Amino acid sequence: MGKEFEIVIGLEVHAELKTATKAFCSCSTAFGAEPNTQVCPVCSGFPGMLPVLNKKMVELAIRTGIALNSEIPEICKFDRKNYFYPDLPKAYQISQFDLPVCKGGYLDIEVDGQTKRIGITRAHMEEDAGKLVHQGDITTTPFSLVDLNRSGVPLLEIVSEPDMRSAQEARAYMEKLRSILLFAGVSDCKMQEGSLRCDANVSVRPVGQMEFGTRTETKNLNSFRSLEKSIEYEARRQMEAIEDGEEIVQETRTWDEEKQVTRSMRSKEEAHDYRYFPEPDLPPLKISREWVNTIAAQMPELPEQARRRLVEEYGLPEYDAAIITLNPDYLNFFDQCISSYKDAKLVSNWMMSELNRLLNQNNMEIGECRFKPADLVKILQLIDDGSISGKMAKTVFEEMFNSGQAPELIIKEKGMAQISDESTLINLIDGIIQDNPKVLEDYKNGKEKAFGFFVGQIMKASKGQANPGVVNKLLKERLSSSEM
Amino acid sequence: MELHQLTIHELHDKLADREISAEELASSFFSRINALEPKLRAFLTITEEKALKQAREVDKAGKYEGLTGIPFGLKDIFCTRGVRTTCASKILENFVPTYDSTAGRRLEEQGGILLGKLNMDEFAMGSSTEQSAFQSTCNPWDLERVPGGSSGGSAAAVAAGEVPFALGTDTGGSIRQPASYCGVVGLKPTYGRVSRWGVIAFASSLDQVGVFSRDIRDCALVLNIIAGKDPLDSTSVNLEVPDYTSFLDGEVRGMKIAYPREYFQQGVDEQIKTTVMQALRKFEAMGAIIDEVSLPHSEYALPAYYLVAPAEASANLARFDGVRYGLRDFEAQNVVDMYSQSRSQGFGNEVKRRIMLGTYALSSGYYDAYYLKALKVRRLIANDFDKVFADFDLIVSPTAPTPAFKLGEQTGDPLTLYMNDILTVPVNMAGLPGMSLPCGLVNGLPVGMQLIGKAFDEGTLFKAAYAFEQNTDYHKMRPVLGVK
Repeated sequence: MGKEFEIVIGLEVHAELKTATKAFCSCSTAFGAEPNTQVCPVCSGFPGMLPVLNKKMVELAIRTGIALNSEIPEICKFDRKNYFYPDLPKAYQISQFDLPVCKGGYLDIEVDGQTKRIGITRAHMEEDAGKLVHQGDITTTPFSLVDLNRSGVPLLEIVSEPDMRSAQEARAYMEKLRSILLFAGVSDCKMQEGSLRCDANVSVRPVGQMEFGTRTETKNLNSFRSLEKSIEYEARRQMEAIEDGEEIVQETRTWDEEKQVTRSMRSKEEAHDYRYFPEPDLPPLKISREWVNTIAAQMPELPEQARRRLVEEYGLPEYDAAIITLNPDYLNFFDQCISSYKDAKLVSNWMMSELNRLLNQNNMEIGECRFKPADLVKILQLIDDGSISGKMAKTVFEEMFNSGQAPELIIKEKGMAQISDESTLINLIDGIIQDNPKVLEDYKNGKEKAFGFFVGQIMKASKGQANPGVVNKLLKERLSSSEM
Repeated sequence: MELHQLTIHELHDKLADREISAEELASSFFSRINALEPKLRAFLTITEEKALKQAREVDKAGKYEGLTGIPFGLKDIFCTRGVRTTCASKILENFVPTYDSTAGRRLEEQGGILLGKLNMDEFAMGSSTEQSAFQSTCNPWDLERVPGGSSGGSAAAVAAGEVPFALGTDTGGSIRQPASYCGVVGLKPTYGRVSRWGVIAFASSLDQVGVFSRDIRDCALVLNIIAGKDPLDSTSVNLEVPDYTSFLDGEVRGMKIAYPREYFQQGVDEQIKTTVMQALRKFEAMGAIIDEVSLPHSEYALPAYYLVAPAEASANLARFDGVRYGLRDFEAQNVVDMYSQSRSQGFGNEVKRRIMLGTYALSSGYYDAYYLKALKVRRLIANDFDKVFADFDLIVSPTAPTPAFKLGEQTGDPLTLYMNDILTVPVNMAGLPGMSLPCGLVNGLPVGMQLIGKAFDEGTLFKAAYAFEQNTDYHKMRPVLGVK
């Protein structure tokens, strides 16, 4: 490519706020119910129905704002965003236009060892729409069904500044934002269930150019991976278009996960005119400073604080601390382990290697684990007191991960306990030595290899359960004793 | 006197004294309704079976308190559980709500007996009830004339003795103007005084539920029941509701009453001016202090109203899309056709006109020039009233510029029709309480005077109106309908 380009990325993230009931009615927000079983005349847009604001939604929005270093203005208000779609029962979405609940803010990301601050423009509350169920593809379906269970579920839309310069940075932002939302306890952030969604605004410009290029907005990004891949694709597409002398069209695009490409959805000309105006059914919302202060005083530990704690209190390397604080369940697991086990680095190693490997392999979250932190501690203690070897421990751990059984039980059932009992081992050792007089002869003639042979045979005879340290010690003693 | 000529408090006495049963009372009103309806056409739905059953239950209980056993009617904009609610629109022709409006429910909880649903202009858009998709209602004083609108069915039914009282809604004069045309009392309380829950929205920031009655005491009795905070309507205000009958002391000495010169100018019928001026002299004779004032921004109220109200209506009526309830064109081959064909067939011309006006006013590029400017005008109008109320207790004016006009006379030109609301619209724009009270006849047709009070000071309206009523006989005027 001739010119060098810079990629400019801003993200709009929709996080479902973790309330028990919907934003403006008392229907449940639980995921996975039968279609249209969590609906009422309000959230299905019946005539004469009025919204009543869920206080919990506002509290969670404020908590998010505090976590993102935002300003919480004293007055915010709701607006109607008008458009027709069968999954939008009132044909308008209650959202916030010019006076959002959170203004400004930032979060810090780390890419290639460098810390970078990404600005937050705003965060506003709104309600989710329902969903359409098609028979196959939307373009060929003979009819579509509407499920309004999600209609009215509270969302917080968090808009970043166009501060990111690579797909990697965008991913790091998204991961960091997710960890903050999880730690703040405001959202479950389950991308696969749609409780965390992301649209990416991407443009490119020649390096050194001040003004931004024309941007496109890519929707349907359901994972960190698709976020990263779509930005890479979209930036490359735009660069190639510019190289070919084409103009970038401001438009909405969608990510095709299967083909790994972005496709045009609608151009600026086809864009909706949402005709925002103040929601007359909800008076402007006054947020008292007392309330904000109370929420601020009750803030849970956030990832940055937790990370500092792990480094400063437990001497973990920055890298370990960063990984463990990506997710509060993960941190909680760690904290529980080290409450009864001193070697924090060893716990960290086990979590980042064995535990992570198995979680990834099984596509599981740590919260879904069938064993407790105390069980991992037990395994570590069994290694320490010589009951099992490090290698056995890995086998026990995997079995425990799969079955959820207690480590002692697994060891017992599989007969895996390490044999450290000296008299048992001496019998074994003496037997092997007597069966191999020629090797004994070699050993006496100074052949060091013979010692290794004996150890191997002893381990084999004990089906690997002999404690190698004890075997070494005893074998040396027996071989040097006069009777042999 | 005939039962149908009596007021709520007179009927209550008869029930309490066991002169009549609730069932007999309801039956007598149904006889009246059945006799008059072929001429009057005030009802869209008559709920005889349900009403008689309720009346029998009331009689069985045998306790007659407040509204117990008193029949009433509801404008067909109030949702009624299990009873068809059409808003006089084809799009809701077969709509049966699963819920009751708060105002209607409170009346029924107090033992009121609903006799049926009353005609109106479609979605409350009109001033003659001729915009009903189903029928025109006649004015009981002259069957060739309109009853006013949009709550024309409610006004006509009360005037003709089909019901002792009825509820209506008032967005720009829809209670006061028909009350004036039909010679009954019509009250539009302060915005926020009565819950809008379950009332199909026209313009949410202007709509208010109110009362049609034969006299002031009845009006106070009904407001006592329907007023007050409703947790389901966030715009209803949490202020204590006084006992409005406590204001009925007949005393206006020292009360300061203003009459705005702008309300006695352009386009107001000379005889109406004279009639209302005579009423003002009457107040003066009773000891009130009257003086002329100016409400300088009055002329901008109507144009601003025709931006705000249609804008809100365009969003409020967007939910009638054929997806979940109401009329749907099943011939449509795709979703966009389903929307446009269902709405084309379901809405009448006036409704379509206002949806288009409102959509235009909110459109990108026009919002500031139209909607935002209208909101500013609204503020100026409210300021005008505030200034007058710094020195006065009450404002008195004509309710409408003319008496009832002839059916078909004003259907051609919407602008002429809109002028009917010129004296009532400013009150909605400022959110103030307004009442129309009969104060004379012009050419054999009733004329109302409008009383405007401070926000949440309905009490002063009742006080002045009751004193006027005690010193005049206009509330005893009844139309001659030639039907027993």
